[in-house]
Amino acid sequence: MSVHVEPVWLYVLVFLCLMVLTATTVGVAFVDLGSFNTLVALTIAVIKMLLVVTFFMHVRHSTALTKVFIAAGFLWLLLLIAFTLTDVGTRQIPQQPEGWGSATTVVPPPK
Amino acid sequence: MSAALAEAPPETRVHYLNANYGIKSWLLTTDHKRIALLYLASITLMFFVGGAMAVMMRIHLIDPAGALVHPDTYNKLFTMHGVMMIFFFLIPSIPAVLGNFLVPIMVGAKDLAFPRINLLSWYIFIIGASLTLYAMVSGGVDTGWTFYTPYSTTYANSQVMATALGVFVSGFSSILTGLNFIVTIHKMRAPGLTWFRMPLFLWAIYATSIIQVLGTPVVAIAIFLIGLERLFHVGIFDPAVGGDPILFQHLFWFYSHPAVYIMILPGMGVISEIITCFSRKKIFGYHFVAFSSMAIAVISFLVWGHHMFVTGMSVYAALIFSVLSFLVAIPSAIKVFNWTATLYQGSISYEAPMLYALGFIGLFTMGGLTGLFLASLATDVHLNGTYFIVAHFHYIMVGGAVMAYLGGIHFWWPKISGRMFPDTWARLAAAIVFIGFNLTFFPQFMLGYLGMPRRYATYPAEFQVLNVMSSAGASILGLGYMIPLIYLFWSIRYGPVAPANPWRAKGLEWQTSSPPPTQNFEVPPVVTEEAYAYGPPGSGREGAHD
Ligand SMILES: [Cu+2]
Repeated sequence: MSVHVEPVWLYVLVFLCLMVLTATTVGVAFVDLGSFNTLVALTIAVIKMLLVVTFFMHVRHSTALTKVFIAAGFLWLLLLIAFTLTDVGTRQIPQQPEGWGSATTVVPPPK
Repeated sequence: MSAALAEAPPETRVHYLNANYGIKSWLLTTDHKRIALLYLASITLMFFVGGAMAVMMRIHLIDPAGALVHPDTYNKLFTMHGVMMIFFFLIPSIPAVLGNFLVPIMVGAKDLAFPRINLLSWYIFIIGASLTLYAMVSGGVDTGWTFYTPYSTTYANSQVMATALGVFVSGFSSILTGLNFIVTIHKMRAPGLTWFRMPLFLWAIYATSIIQVLGTPVVAIAIFLIGLERLFHVGIFDPAVGGDPILFQHLFWFYSHPAVYIMILPGMGVISEIITCFSRKKIFGYHFVAFSSMAIAVISFLVWGHHMFVTGMSVYAALIFSVLSFLVAIPSAIKVFNWTATLYQGSISYEAPMLYALGFIGLFTMGGLTGLFLASLATDVHLNGTYFIVAHFHYIMVGGAVMAYLGGIHFWWPKISGRMFPDTWARLAAAIVFIGFNLTFFPQFMLGYLGMPRRYATYPAEFQVLNVMSSAGASILGLGYMIPLIYLFWSIRYGPVAPANPWRAKGLEWQTSSPPPTQNFEVPPVVTEEAYAYGPPGSGREGAHD
C-alpha cells in the first residue's frame, strides 16, 4: 500500500494530452467520415479514459488485485455491449420462417 | 473463549448499544453495528409503506370492477409498491442490515474497511428514500417500477423525475456498501481465516457486492438517460429522434436481473448459516456452495434478455438469452441440493430461524422452477405479462429473500439486541407467514396461467374466487409480518437476557458477548478450524459451549 508520488510535470502532461484529445474530438465532429464517425469518437474517448485510469487514478502503481477488479469492470462493459448487439445486430434478419404470419396462412374462423 | 465471557445482564457491562447515548451518538456513528440498526429502522419503515400499498391493491382486487381506488391510482399503487420494496427494502435488506452488522464480526475485525463511507452510504440512502417518499406524497408515479420507455420519457405525467432521481441516488449507497464489503473481506480477515474457512454468508455477501459494484452503475446510467430525454429531448430511446426504446430495456435489465440476485444471494448465505446450526452438521459440499455463489454472480449478468422475449427483441438474441437463463438454474439447484443433503441425518431442531430457513428452501425451489417456464421461449409468450410472473418473482423475493431476511433477523437478534425473543410467538409468526404467503401467491400462478394480465385494475368475473383467495392470504401475511415487529420491540425491554451463544452455533460472531462491545472482540480472534465444525452429539464438538 505504498503511496507513490508522481511528479507534477507528469500530471500536467497528461492534462495537456486530455485537452488536445478533447479538441480533436470537437474538430473531427466537423468532418464527415461516414461510418467512421462513431469509431473515431469512441477511439479518442477510450484513449482519454485509459490516460485517466492509468495516471490520475494511479493504477500504474496499484496491486494486482486492483488491476483484476478494473479488468472485471471492462469485461462487464464488454458483456453489456456484446449481448445488446446480439439483439440489435440480428433484427434485420427475418424473424419468421418463410410464409409464417402472412395473410395466406391465416385459418378462417369456424362458422 | 466464549465461556469466559460474561453472561451477566447487558446493563452491567459496556457494549455497543450503551457505550454512549443521544441522537448525535447515532447519527454521527461510524460503528458498523449502529449503522446496521439505522438501516434496519429505515428499511422497516419502507417495508411497511410498500406493504400498505400492497394491501390496498389486494383490497381493490376483491371486486372484479375494482373495489377501492381509481384505475389511475391503482397504477400508482403497484408502481410505488415495486419501487419501495425493490430499491428501498429488498436490495438493502440483508446486505445493509445483517451484512453491515455481521461482516466485520465474521471476519474478526473491529469495523468495516471504510467506516465513514459506511455512514455516508446510509445518508445517501436516506436522501434517495426521501426523494421517493416525496414523489409518493406529491402525486405518485405510474410507470411501473421498470420505468419503461417511451412511456416514462414521453407520456407519463406523474412524478417520474423525483422517483427516478431517488432510485438513482440510492444506487450509490448500494455501490458504497458493496465496495466496503469487498475490501473488508479481502483485507481484514483475522489470522487463520482463510478464504475456504469463511462462513458461507461471507461468500454470499462477497458475490452480492460484486454485482452491486459492477451492475448498479448501469441502472444509474439508464435512469440518467431517461432524465436527459425527458427534460432535454435528447434522442436516446425515442425512435422519432433516432433513439431505440428497446435499448432502455437492455440497460435496465442488465442491472435489474442481477439485482434479483442482490436480493436472494445474501439470503442464501443466511440459510447456509441457519441450516448447519439447527441440524448440527457441517455444510454438505462447502466448496460447491461457495463457488455456486460466485457462479450465480457471473451468470446473472448474461441472462437479462429473458425479460424481453415479447417486447420486440430479435428472436435470435432471445434464443441465446433463453439458453443462458437455464444455466442459472444449475448453481441455484446446487445450493438447494446441498442444503437438503446437509439436513440428512442431522439432529434437527425447529427453532424459529430454522422454520424460516425450511420455508425458504421450499418456496425458493418453487420460485426457481417456475422461472424455467419463463426462460423457455414458447411458454414465456403465453405467461409473460400475466400474474404467473407476479407469482414467480414473489416466490423468489418474498418467499425467498424476505423469509431469509426474517430468519436471519431472528437468528442474530440475540446478538444484535442482547435479548431473546419469545420463542412460541416467533414460531407462530413463521407459520402464519408461510401460510399467508402461499395463500396469497399460489392462486396467482393459476390466475396467470388462465391468462389474467398483471397491472390491470379490473378483471373478468370468472377470476374472482382466486383473487379473493389471494387477498385473504395477503391479510394473513400482513398479520404475520406485524407480529415479529411487535414482539421484537417488546423483547428489547422485556425479553430474557441472551447469552453469548444461545444457539450453540459456530462462527466468530458467537464467540463475543451479546451484544458485542464497540470494538467487537475483547481480544482479537484467531481462527483455527473450518466453518461449521459441528460434530455428532456426544463428540464434545456439538457447539461452541454447552
Ligand atoms: Cu430476470
